[in-house]
Amino acid sequence: MNRCFLFVPGNNPAMLQNADIFHADAVIFDLEDAVSVSEKDAARQLLKHFFETLTKQPYDIYVRINALTSSLGAEDLSSILSDCIKGIVLPKAHTEDIKALTKLLETFEAAKRMKNKTRIIPIIETAKSVLEIEAMAQLPRISGMLLGAEDLTSDMEIERTKVGIEIEYPRAKMAYACKAFGLDAIDTPFTDVDDEAGLKADTIHAQKLGMNAKTAIHPNQVETINQIFSPTEAQIRWARRIVIADTEAQLKHLGVFSLDGKMIDKPVVDRAKKLLEKAKHYHMLGEISDE
Amino acid sequence: MKIGMAGSLESNDALITVKESSVINIEVQSIVDAFYHDQIVQVIQSTLDAARINAIDVVCLDKGALDYTIKARLLTAIHRMEVRHE
Repeated sequence: MNRCFLFVPGNNPAMLQNADIFHADAVIFDLEDAVSVSEKDAARQLLKHFFETLTKQPYDIYVRINALTSSLGAEDLSSILSDCIKGIVLPKAHTEDIKALTKLLETFEAAKRMKNKTRIIPIIETAKSVLEIEAMAQLPRISGMLLGAEDLTSDMEIERTKVGIEIEYPRAKMAYACKAFGLDAIDTPFTDVDDEAGLKADTIHAQKLGMNAKTAIHPNQVETINQIFSPTEAQIRWARRIVIADTEAQLKHLGVFSLDGKMIDKPVVDRAKKLLEKAKHYHMLGEISDE
Repeated sequence: MKIGMAGSLESNDALITVKESSVINIEVQSIVDAFYHDQIVQVIQSTLDAARINAIDVVCLDKGALDYTIKARLLTAIHRMEVRHE
């Protein structure tokens, strides 16, 4: 469960060594678009040696490799794969690519005697991949799905707008598939890094559609994204009251009870419990008083 | 002349140039030279030792790179020198 996935260019030492100060739940070290073809080798070496210096870091590590349609993707895996990496972010992903990546991961994990199974986050950025969302969500190793709206709208030959009406369908489809199969639904980045109000509106919209996370392409975007995907203080207080009232109702063998004049039944109690679990995961419970 | 380069002059990076040579020669220019010159030379020397290289010319222009960056840039430069002259 992560709120913000921050993209960090894989060949930038200053960004690598500061990745832990931005408070992103996850960092995606990028070997694809952020690295020119002539610098792929340097970025791989840099990431490999950077990972070797890490002991315990306050974020989950993902790496966006190059697409498997060229040899670059396999070379990326061969160089950087290690137990410190939680998952691989796969661009232009389709069902067959994920199956191919899974086989590669099995090979490299065995060769490197790794303890952990590397997870996969496919990027949904073609019309075909939108149609395959449901199938991809059920494949083993998938831990989330990431919407790539820029490439998707390019593939669809439609205009990419700030309002985002053109990506309403893939956003909703992805959110439902991820919820159904217990995955992170990760929204597309908001590319205007100077438009804080636009970022906020875009993130709130994605959250209302069912997304639970969003990518950031600049550290300045992390705080806003974290705030929107975190429970509010009022929600936590509400959830606590519901759970306490439910405990009392159960002692009285009541399936349904009333609180503040509203009927409270199992779906409401379940929502309150999930909200408290999320608040606990983000270490927010101790910060909120019952006042 | 075999030559390879890697890295940049951006902050926290290092630009490393390697050339073929009959002996090991390491030259370091760093913005933190007064404090870390010897450590940078040591990182370069140990990386060459691990790669079993005993004859090479290394020039490192350091802009405050950490050890892992110097090591990575050096290995990339060596690889590029070898690949481009195969």
